[in-house]
Amino acid sequence: MTGAGWFRCFIGICWREGLRFIQQRSRFISALVRPLIWLFVFAAGFRSVLGVSIVPPYETYILYDEYIIPGLIAMIQLFNGMQSSLSMVYDREVGSMRVLLTSPVPRWFLLVSKLIAGTLLSLPQIYVFLLIAWLYGIELPPIGYITVIPALILSGLMLGALGLLLSSMIRQLENFAGVMNFVIFPMFFASSALYPLWKVEEASPLLHDICAYNPFTYAVESIRFMLYVKFDPFSAGMVAAFLLVFLGGAIAAYDPAKGLIARVRTGGAGA
Amino acid sequence: MTVPDQQGSSQENAPALAIRALSHKIGGRTILDSVDITVPASRFVVLLGQNGAGKTTLFSLVTRLYTAQSGAIRIFGHDLRQESSRALSQLGVVFQQRALDPDLSAQQNLWYHAALHGMPWGEARRRIAEELARVGLAAQAKRKVRGFSGGEARRVEIARALLHNPRLLLCDEATVGLDIRSRADIIADVRGLVRERALTVLWATHLIDEVQPDDLTIILHQGKVLNQGPARDIIASVGASSLNEAFRSITEGKAA
Repeated sequence: MTGAGWFRCFIGICWREGLRFIQQRSRFISALVRPLIWLFVFAAGFRSVLGVSIVPPYETYILYDEYIIPGLIAMIQLFNGMQSSLSMVYDREVGSMRVLLTSPVPRWFLLVSKLIAGTLLSLPQIYVFLLIAWLYGIELPPIGYITVIPALILSGLMLGALGLLLSSMIRQLENFAGVMNFVIFPMFFASSALYPLWKVEEASPLLHDICAYNPFTYAVESIRFMLYVKFDPFSAGMVAAFLLVFLGGAIAAYDPAKGLIARVRTGGAGA
Repeated sequence: MTVPDQQGSSQENAPALAIRALSHKIGGRTILDSVDITVPASRFVVLLGQNGAGKTTLFSLVTRLYTAQSGAIRIFGHDLRQESSRALSQLGVVFQQRALDPDLSAQQNLWYHAALHGMPWGEARRRIAEELARVGLAAQAKRKVRGFSGGEARRVEIARALLHNPRLLLCDEATVGLDIRSRADIIADVRGLVRERALTVLWATHLIDEVQPDDLTIILHQGKVLNQGPARDIIASVGASSLNEAFRSITEGKAA
């Protein structure tokens, strides 16, 4: 197949993901409502009891509801990434994954295309959230809305790759509840999304160490810095490193020769 | 990068499907055991076996959903491991389980398939219209597949499998769960494709009444090929009066 054929394949995968997203309006609404509840209820309550002192990237004291914004953006991406894993499991159950996997295009390209499609879908969700937050009174540096895009793409790819890897391990759609309990919640809570790491360290050095090994922490921090037009090479590098690990794992898991997917039923009865 | 074909680059005379010494285990259980199959081009070939014989696993390996632990598969001379892209592009598949996205229309399901095969948009548009018209579903093109009957969904799947003009069509129990009329229509349609387009079809089934005397028939039982040849020769070889009787005679002699 030619390069143009590969490109058409990529466009087709993006088109299908987009179509599915548009059809599932409840997915878009819940993707927005979730962080807004945290912002309007949780952060509003905490703003009077928790201020954040001047630590990079902040140049002045900020209120808690401004602090929490990068974590909520990353939360949208985390759910989006897991949603893509859910859709892979669903595809396997209804059998349509076979159509994807029997394409003459190499499997790694199919997975990367799906990953990029999922990441692109997270962007409009994030910007609608940021618009509502702005209307609510949270003003970020105007240029930050642009400079954050590379961080959003990188973290979206990383969390999506984690979703792909998980999708290769989940046998049935019902098991997705386990992903909520054992992946999404621990990743979100044991990170710098809700509290700065130095505050966590004061409370519990062990929890601080857990947060420091959590890839989600680096997604949040890379987004936080880029929102304030600053680049944190360490957090961006960590996100990139986790992306490579998760994507490599997902490609290996979906490899027809030795992957987990060969052991997980790919839909269809009979021997 | 493609590896030069050891049997000549033209592959003009290569069989549509050549399977050699194919073995595969799942969870320690042998599903396929030293399977050798040759499917000549432009023929309707029946893969006959009971449920659990290994037909679906064989199809999963031929479509490269996963790779066989040992053995070789060549599609029109292209090795599935070394030239998977070329091999898979020759292949159209109708899976046993329905494999359509229920939330997309028939047309959208076909668009998605066309994109996955890298078809140019103009050609895809033309072929989608042609194939949906051919299977009698042009008027239903924009209906969501979720509401389709079993027979209609199968016709969409056949249209989809043929969209990129493959030379080999694999049908895995394509008539299971359909009413008598739909079954007859689908078999007649696929047999017609062999006559009119010189398409090669490998038709996996456990329904003996779908086999005609001249059909090249492969009997797969407990992961092994027990016999292959024209159905009438298989019947004669065991002195049976029907394929049903011959199948029983051959498989019961090999029962575990």
